[in-house]
Formats: sequence, C-alpha cells, structure tokens
Amino acid sequence: MLGRTANNVYWMARYFERAENVARLLEASYNMSLLPSVNGKVPKEWEAPLGMTGSRQRFVERFGDITSAGVIEFMALSADNEGSIAHSIGRARDNARATRSELPLELWQGINQTWIDLQDMSYPRLVDQGFAEFFEWVKERSHLFRGMIYGTMRRGDAFMFARLGTFVERADNTARVLAAKWNMLTPLGPRVVAAEDYYRWGALLRSFSAFKAYREIYRGNIEPRRVAEMLILRDDMPRSLHACYDELCAISRDLRRDGVCARLAKETRGRIRASPIDVVLRSGLHRYLYEFLGRNNRFSNLIEKDFMMVP
Amino acid sequence: MNLPQPEPGRPEPFNEMRAPDGGVREAYRAYAAWLADRSTDLLQHKSRQADLIFRRLGITFSVYAEDSDTERQIPFDIIPRILDAEEWRLLSEGVCQRVRAINAFLHDVYHDQDILRAGRIPASLVLTNQAFRPEMLGLALPRAVYAHVAGIDVVRVAEREFYVLEDNVRTPSGVSYMLENRETMMRLFPELFADSAVAPVNHYPEMLLDALVATAPPGAADPTVVVLTPGQYNSAYFEHVFLAHEMGVELVEGQDLFVEDDRVFMRTTEGPRRVDVIYRRVDDAFIDPLTFEPGSCLGVPGLVAAYRNGRVALANALGTGIADDKAIYVYVPEMVRFYLGQEPILKNVPTYQLRDTEERAYVLDHLEELVVKEVHGSGGHGMLVGPASTGDECRAFRERILAAPDDFVAQPTLSLSTCPTFVDRGVAPRHVDLRPFVLSGETTTVVPGGLTRVALREGSLVVNSSQGGGTKDTWVLED
Repeated sequence: MLGRTANNVYWMARYFERAENVARLLEASYNMSLLPSVNGKVPKEWEAPLGMTGSRQRFVERFGDITSAGVIEFMALSADNEGSIAHSIGRARDNARATRSELPLELWQGINQTWIDLQDMSYPRLVDQGFAEFFEWVKERSHLFRGMIYGTMRRGDAFMFARLGTFVERADNTARVLAAKWNMLTPLGPRVVAAEDYYRWGALLRSFSAFKAYREIYRGNIEPRRVAEMLILRDDMPRSLHACYDELCAISRDLRRDGVCARLAKETRGRIRASPIDVVLRSGLHRYLYEFLGRNNRFSNLIEKDFMMVP
Repeated sequence: MNLPQPEPGRPEPFNEMRAPDGGVREAYRAYAAWLADRSTDLLQHKSRQADLIFRRLGITFSVYAEDSDTERQIPFDIIPRILDAEEWRLLSEGVCQRVRAINAFLHDVYHDQDILRAGRIPASLVLTNQAFRPEMLGLALPRAVYAHVAGIDVVRVAEREFYVLEDNVRTPSGVSYMLENRETMMRLFPELFADSAVAPVNHYPEMLLDALVATAPPGAADPTVVVLTPGQYNSAYFEHVFLAHEMGVELVEGQDLFVEDDRVFMRTTEGPRRVDVIYRRVDDAFIDPLTFEPGSCLGVPGLVAAYRNGRVALANALGTGIADDKAIYVYVPEMVRFYLGQEPILKNVPTYQLRDTEERAYVLDHLEELVVKEVHGSGGHGMLVGPASTGDECRAFRERILAAPDDFVAQPTLSLSTCPTFVDRGVAPRHVDLRPFVLSGETTTVVPGGLTRVALREGSLVVNSSQGGGTKDTWVLED
C-alpha cells in the first residue's frame, strides 16, 4: 500500500481513539463533579482535561473561569480547540477522506455520519441530550468504528496500520490520564484513600471501563497501587499499557518481522514486564510514565519513517 | 400525481415524456403509469431519502468559495431520463463515431498532419493553439489511443434530432454520478427495475480498467494501473476515489510517485513499486514541473520524459485538449469524413467564429437570440445566453467580444428538450442535456446511459452544477 495511505489510516485511527479518550476523560470529570465537593470548592476535576491537552491557557482566555459547562463545550464541541472531540473527529474524517478508496464503504460512511452528527451538534442541544448520553454516544461511535475495522477490513496493511494507530493512541492516553490523576488522588500516598476520594477512584476506573474488572480481580476496596497495576501491568485489561504493547508487538511483527519497529515494541513490552508495581512506584510513577510516553512517541515516529509514510 | 400538460398556444420544447398530442412517449410508458399512482408526498419523501443517501456517502463536489463549508452536494432528481433502445442506438453509434475520429485526428496532428496538409482544417488554428503540445510530436502511443475517456455532451431538440455541444477529451468528469445515481435509484425504487428492462451501467469501472490495461506500454506483463488525483481539495475528488476503489487500484497523488531511470514508481509500505499506466485526473499543465508549470506540486518531476520514452502510459494522453477546443469543435464532422469516410451521425451546433468579420457582424446584430461562449471557457462561466439576458448584459458582452473577438464563438440558442423533474410544487418540465462516457482501448465503446444534467431553475438552459444544475439517472431500455 502507499506510504501516504498508511499514514492516513494510521492517523484516522489515532484521532478516532483520541476522541473516545477525551469523551472518557470528560465523563470521569463529569461524574466526579457530581460528587459532593470538598470545602465547597469548584471541583478541580475540570482542570484535568485542560491540563492534559495543554489548552488551559486558551480556555481561560476564551471562557474565563473554569466551569463544567465551559470545559465540556470547549473540549467536546470547539472544532478550533485541537484537543476537542469535534477536532479529533474532523481530523479522523479528513484522514479517512484522503484515503477513502482503501477503506470499506461502511467504514467511511460510519466516520462521515459521526462527523455529520457532530456538525449538527451545539451546546444547547448537548444539554438537551444530556452529557452522559453524549459521552456514551461518542464511545459507541468509536466502538462501532473499531468494530467495522475488525469486521469488514481485509487483514492487509490498511487493517494493520489502523490497529497500530488505535493502540499507540490508547497507550499514550492511559499513561497520560494516570499521570494526571495520580497526584490529585493520592495526597496521602498510594496505599491510603480518603473517604471522599474513594468515589473519585471509582469514577476513574469506570472511565477505563475497569470498575467491574477491579472488583473481580482484587475484590477489596480500591487501592491506588492496584489501580496503577491494573492500568499499567495487567495484560488482560484492554486499556492497559501492557495490553496495548501486546497488540503493537504482534502487529509490528506481522508487518515486518525483525524490523526496527517490531524490535522497539518488543523492547518496550519487555520493560513493562520487567518491574512489578511496587518497584514502579518506588522509582516514581511519574518518571516511569513519562519515560514510557517518550518510548511510545519514538515508536510512532519510527513507524512513520520505516514504512515510507513521509516522503 | 398530475402530470404536466403542455400549455396551449405556445410552442413547447421537445418533451422527453410527453408526445405533442398529449400522450406519453413510448420510452416513458411504463414509468408514467407507475408515476401516475404516486403521491407528491411519497416523491417528496423519496427525494429527501436520496439526499440523505448522497450525504452519507459523502458524494460532494468542492466549490472554491471563501466560506469554510466547501463541500456541496449536486442536487439529484428522482425522476429518470429514459431513452429507448432505438434512440440509444443512434446516440451510441454517433458518439463512438465521433471519438474514433477524434483519436485519429490526435494521432494525425502529432504525426503526419495529413488533415492540415489536405487543407481541411486551417493549420494555424491547430499549430498555434495553446492546447497543442509539441512534446507529443512523433510519440507513438499504444493502439494510437489518445482519448481513453471522452464525455460527449449531447442535447436533443426533436424526436430524432440530437446535437453535440462539446467533446470533452481532457479529463472529463461526472461518471461517478452516472453510477451513484443508478445505485441510489435502485435502492429507492427497486420495483421500477424489476418491471422494466433498464440496461445496467455498473460495469463501467471494469470497462475502464480494460481500456487502461489494453493501452499499457508494450512489455508490461501484468500492468499496474493507478489513478492520479490532484488531492482531496479537487472538485472531483470523490470521483477519483470512487473510480480507484471500483477498479481496485491505488489512488495516488503526485507526491506518491517518483521517476528513476525513466521508470515511474510509487512509494509503498513495502518499498518502491513500478507503475505502468496512470489514469490521470491532473491537467496537462500540472503533470510534470520539469516540463510544464515549474511551481506545480501536483505533478511528478520527470514524468513526461518517462512518458516520451514509452515507459509509462498516461490516460488521457497529453495534448488531447487540441481536439476539444471550441474553435476546433467546428471541424469534428470534417474529421469524421476525412478519417472514417463516413457521414457524421450526430450534428454539430452551427457555430459562428467571431474572428471572421462577416460572422462577427451577424452575431453582434443578433446577440439577443444567440449563445456566446468563450473559446477556452468551461463550466458555464463566461457565457452569454442571449434570450435570457438583459440589454445591459448583452451590451457588456459586446464590449468583451470587440476587445478580443478571437476568444469567442456563438451558436443559436437551442431549445433543449425538457424532462419531467420533481420540483417544489410537484413534477414540472426542466431542460436537460446528456453526457455519455465513451471508452477507447482495444475498441471504442460506450456504456448504455450517461450523466443527464438538468437545469433546475425554471426556464434555465444552463445545466452546469456550478450554476444550479442537478443530475438525473439515465435509463436506456433494452429491446
């Protein structure tokens, strides 16, 4: 397949995954904000989506105070905000459109329909529809997107580059969210959860669709170190760093056995497997996660270079 | 559903559905019976459904406007334009004959120039024309095919009277609408296709691929074909995608190709891959910055050299524009006689050359009844439709003609046939034209159908999509 096409398919999948992750993040913030707030302060939850996408400054310039309504409007619908759902869906569509001839028709139609529906969306309509329903809708469109990739695409290069995009983006997001929430939610250290933060951890787990799994695996109360273990090390959690790199190893090997990408993916997975969670926490979770983000980014750049994705 | 009746006492243009006696013409008999039982509400509903289908498929064309919403839909009309087998025989033989003659002409003007030496076409008109490409001189093309794809614009004025308005042999577009319109009609009205024998059109992409493979450079065993597009901001991008997808070939942009040792390669994830045939939807001037526009980034440096060395085929060939120039158009019937030894089946519209003093004087005296066109214009722009224009508009145009008479030709205003069309208030006649798509490879053929364009504004004769035109599905009934 054309290098440029591979690039388009890869970024189509990255952007769609990004849209889903922003929806998950907003959903978590929204759910946390419904909890009684400490000292009656405006919940700091709404800082996280802005901080993570580096758009706090631009938000404040436009909206002034950080309010839930402002953040949701800005992060969901402002197409000129590069971190927003609308922007990501637009970019996913642009990439899909640029390579439509390589995509199954229903996949293109699904992406295009998502974009059309978002074009028709405004903040008042969003309020009408309900925030939870909107986040649910974005997630559903993303499930549909991946399902169509899985259910309709020939197992050729386009399929593999789309999958690469999904898991590179997902790994990036899991690491970022965990890094952003960790300090906020562990003021007393990783083994103790203040009563009021208990529900916040629950909301965070739910945003990774991991609440039920936590109960199944650990049975007890929510402990931050276990949450970290789940989201970093467990290979049976579909949004964990380990699971993402299992996929990335398999796909990059299928694309080019013994290629530089396959090697880097394998090495990164090896590092994830090497340290149990307590070792990770001792050496500092932030350092660990930022090092991972750097490797993940290197992997993405290497893919672009190795497969002639940029002339 | 009340069908439109001709107004008494006024001469009506030829109506594709209604016979002059008020009856239904043969080709429409089954359809008219079906339509008579349908309510306006139902048609309204189907029409809206069609819009949704097109919107969801993303069938849009780009318009170069300043607002950000640069994707528009071409309105689709749910009432088909129907031709019977005999009408189609006449048309298909007529357009194929024309394209054969045009291919012979192109081969000739880039080789021996017999037709110029025989004095049948003024040599200066060809040799000094901007569309004439000296780069093509002496270059032998496989099967001597230049116009692999031709869109011949035909209008009808009476029962057996068809005129060719234009031969589009550069990079004609619109064929995806022919195919999608049919697809949509079959989804909306399956019962209509079960009852009548409408000739299929959906094998067009296969035929196109056959024609492209048949004209590959000699020596390419299993030729690799690609579609070259200027990119997603081109107005016909949807069509480029559609054709590449339907043919199962790569859709490439200039940046995806490179030339090495006079051979053309595309950059793929597995490394460079050789390309043999390029169905290019990029204009001549932008195809190779080393030969033409140096600033173009749509093209491929070195492509023309590879082409001239017979290492790659381009469809359509470079330099085909010399055959569809409006000044050359006048001579197409002459080409038919000269190369094929036949009488043209389809007529040309009588055309006045404004560079000729006598003809110019006549045209300036009769501006309000004529259509004046720019020789190099396209898309319905730079055009004066006399009967539909105000005195001021005619006067302004007169100034332009006098300033550069060579740039204009004029034709009588044809009374284009009308076809029943679903408009706000029900079904009403609107003017239509027809663009069948003629393919040349091993032979010259045409798919039974084409793109019917309809002027949606009442009384308008301009069918271009940029000027408020829409499209219809075109049915050819089988015997």
